[in-house]
Amino acid sequence: METSPGRCGVAAYAVTSTTKERQTVDHKIVVQNLYKIFGNHPHKGVKLLKQGYTKDQILEKTGQGVGIADVSFHVDEGEILVIMGLSGSGKSTLVRCLNRLIEPTEGKILLEGADITSLNREELRQLRQKRFGMVFQHFALFPRRSVIRNVEYGLEVQKVPAAERSERAMIALEQVGLKGWEDSYPAQLSGGMQQRVGLARALALDPDIMLMDEAFSALDPLIRRDMQDELLKLQEKMHKTIIFISHDLDEALKLGDRIILMKDGRIVQEGTAEAILASPADEYVAKFVQDVDISKVVTADSIMKNPGEVASFAHDGPKAALWKMRQAGLSSIYVQHKNRLVGLVKAEDASSALKAGDRDLKNILVTDIHRVSPDTPAYELFPLLVESSPVAVVDNEDHLMGVIIKGTLLAALAEGVQTNGMAE
Amino acid sequence: MEWLNNIPRIPIGDAIDYAITLFSDNFSFLTKAFSDVVESGIAILIEGLMFFPPLVLILIFTALAWFLSRKRSVMLLTLIGLFLIWNMNLWDPMLSTLALVLVSTVIAMIIGLPLGIFAALNQRAYRVIMPILDVMQTMPAFVYLIPAIPLFGLGPVGAIFSTVIFSMPPAIRLTCLGIRQVPIELVEAADSFGSTRRQKLIKLQLPMATPTIMAGINQTIMLALSMVVIAAMIGAKGLGGEVWKAIQRLEPSRGFEAGIAIVIVAMILDRIMQRVGGKQTGATSQ
Repeated sequence: METSPGRCGVAAYAVTSTTKERQTVDHKIVVQNLYKIFGNHPHKGVKLLKQGYTKDQILEKTGQGVGIADVSFHVDEGEILVIMGLSGSGKSTLVRCLNRLIEPTEGKILLEGADITSLNREELRQLRQKRFGMVFQHFALFPRRSVIRNVEYGLEVQKVPAAERSERAMIALEQVGLKGWEDSYPAQLSGGMQQRVGLARALALDPDIMLMDEAFSALDPLIRRDMQDELLKLQEKMHKTIIFISHDLDEALKLGDRIILMKDGRIVQEGTAEAILASPADEYVAKFVQDVDISKVVTADSIMKNPGEVASFAHDGPKAALWKMRQAGLSSIYVQHKNRLVGLVKAEDASSALKAGDRDLKNILVTDIHRVSPDTPAYELFPLLVESSPVAVVDNEDHLMGVIIKGTLLAALAEGVQTNGMAE
Repeated sequence: MEWLNNIPRIPIGDAIDYAITLFSDNFSFLTKAFSDVVESGIAILIEGLMFFPPLVLILIFTALAWFLSRKRSVMLLTLIGLFLIWNMNLWDPMLSTLALVLVSTVIAMIIGLPLGIFAALNQRAYRVIMPILDVMQTMPAFVYLIPAIPLFGLGPVGAIFSTVIFSMPPAIRLTCLGIRQVPIELVEAADSFGSTRRQKLIKLQLPMATPTIMAGINQTIMLALSMVVIAAMIGAKGLGGEVWKAIQRLEPSRGFEAGIAIVIVAMILDRIMQRVGGKQTGATSQ
């Protein structure tokens, strides 16, 4: 689409870059020793930081505010990287440095090996137009433009003809589920819908990198969860490289393939959600982690039990099923056919079928059973288990991976709470 | 402390005299050109307005008031107010006052809006322009009449010159304010999509600043009206001229009638401008 010339343009920088930089081409974005100091003598601040002075000392000594201090990380193609921290930790400054809404004081930002910090004004504009889509905390919609004209904005700036513009904007609006609202004005929409417009405005340009600055923080919790789900669903289709800023660990754990934790402008820990939860790098991280609702972090695959014996729909009759249940000490047994889960047989049904002289499981098979995927969070399992136990955990091919019964879930949560408590 | 009395007088007044003489001596072709253009502009405007019979013009103005404000009270105010002015036999002076105000406002806008935009976008320009505006606004209005005479002579052009200087500051100030008030996140959004400065200005900052700019234009019009009246002292005709005559002949009746006519014109212009500015804040696109 429209983005291809831009991509080629930037790829060309990569070819001319040095060998050292070329190693970094494997990553989508590489940030190297980035500093941002606010004030009249920013380089003095960098010098002091390198000498080991803290943010507060530098502010007191020179009046320079430390935004980010010696930050290095990378982002891989197609992943969601969540940058997390409390307010004032520099996370919003950092994301603005990536497209140079804020000029970094020192350091390099390599996009596919080409240094963004050395681009001139015109090159930077091209880059912003083609590569970056940005979504803002307070939506930042243009109040005097209708929804569709908000979404068209980026295309308008690129002087895309009107017909193509509105066509692409409509596609973007459809993607975020706002078809039919194109002629409304932002003020007429709810917060969640406004942020969908914000999302559509960024998506309309089909950028390969999305910068999302606390995009869902201003929404109330229910809407926020919807938006998170929606983003994940969109991401399955689009495979954008997403840098998501958040101060909410639950959100970070839900969205992030990897998480970076920031404090006072520095990175304090970087890793997957599990890694951060399991071994917080310091007190600051531990404090963050202790508030996590464990039932959101624990997923089905981490608490399921081995299903053990499974009946075969093709070979087993009621008698064989009953025998297998007795062997495993179960009151019901899952039935698979050609390695796919087809249902469940209960002990009492099997014995009455046996008395009636049935030879197969067809008549007593319960097909209306709960199946969940391995990454289902524990809190979604509660209602299912209350309705009927057990719950089957299946993979994409419907192959039975494990079983969850009420007892296993509660035990797992109790255990989780304990380990989490110890981190304190 | 004898030496205190020996400090020579700092020649501020001399410097200003020198500057004005220098300007009127060497750039008279400029002031002359300006005079000619403005003078013929005013003349055409007044002739044009006087071409219509007063009662027809009253109806046209009333229709215009309705069209611009969409408010019945404003329409009635215009109808009754103008009728009263005509009835008081002040129709022709009112038209020339109106023409002076319109021409001054247009000139003030042509100079003021770009300056306001410049001050909003450039910090250094802001620091230079703002104190000058403070001086312009605190200086007694009468003072501006004095250099108008050597530069443009007695008459409407000198009046317009001093009126423009007196009435321009709010247009500059509020244009600048309106642009600076655009929330930073919106500016960041425009930047993040790779807008040029020009695109940012035209697509975001100016539309967002329009209500504030309209308020500035409104203030400029009001100040222009008050200055045009004062400028009667250097030969501007119109309602101010009527007041000036009344002062010289000590005729309270005539003075107050002209005064009331000025109030009516001010109210009509103000109400219409407020509605025009107010409408802009609604959800109309662009």
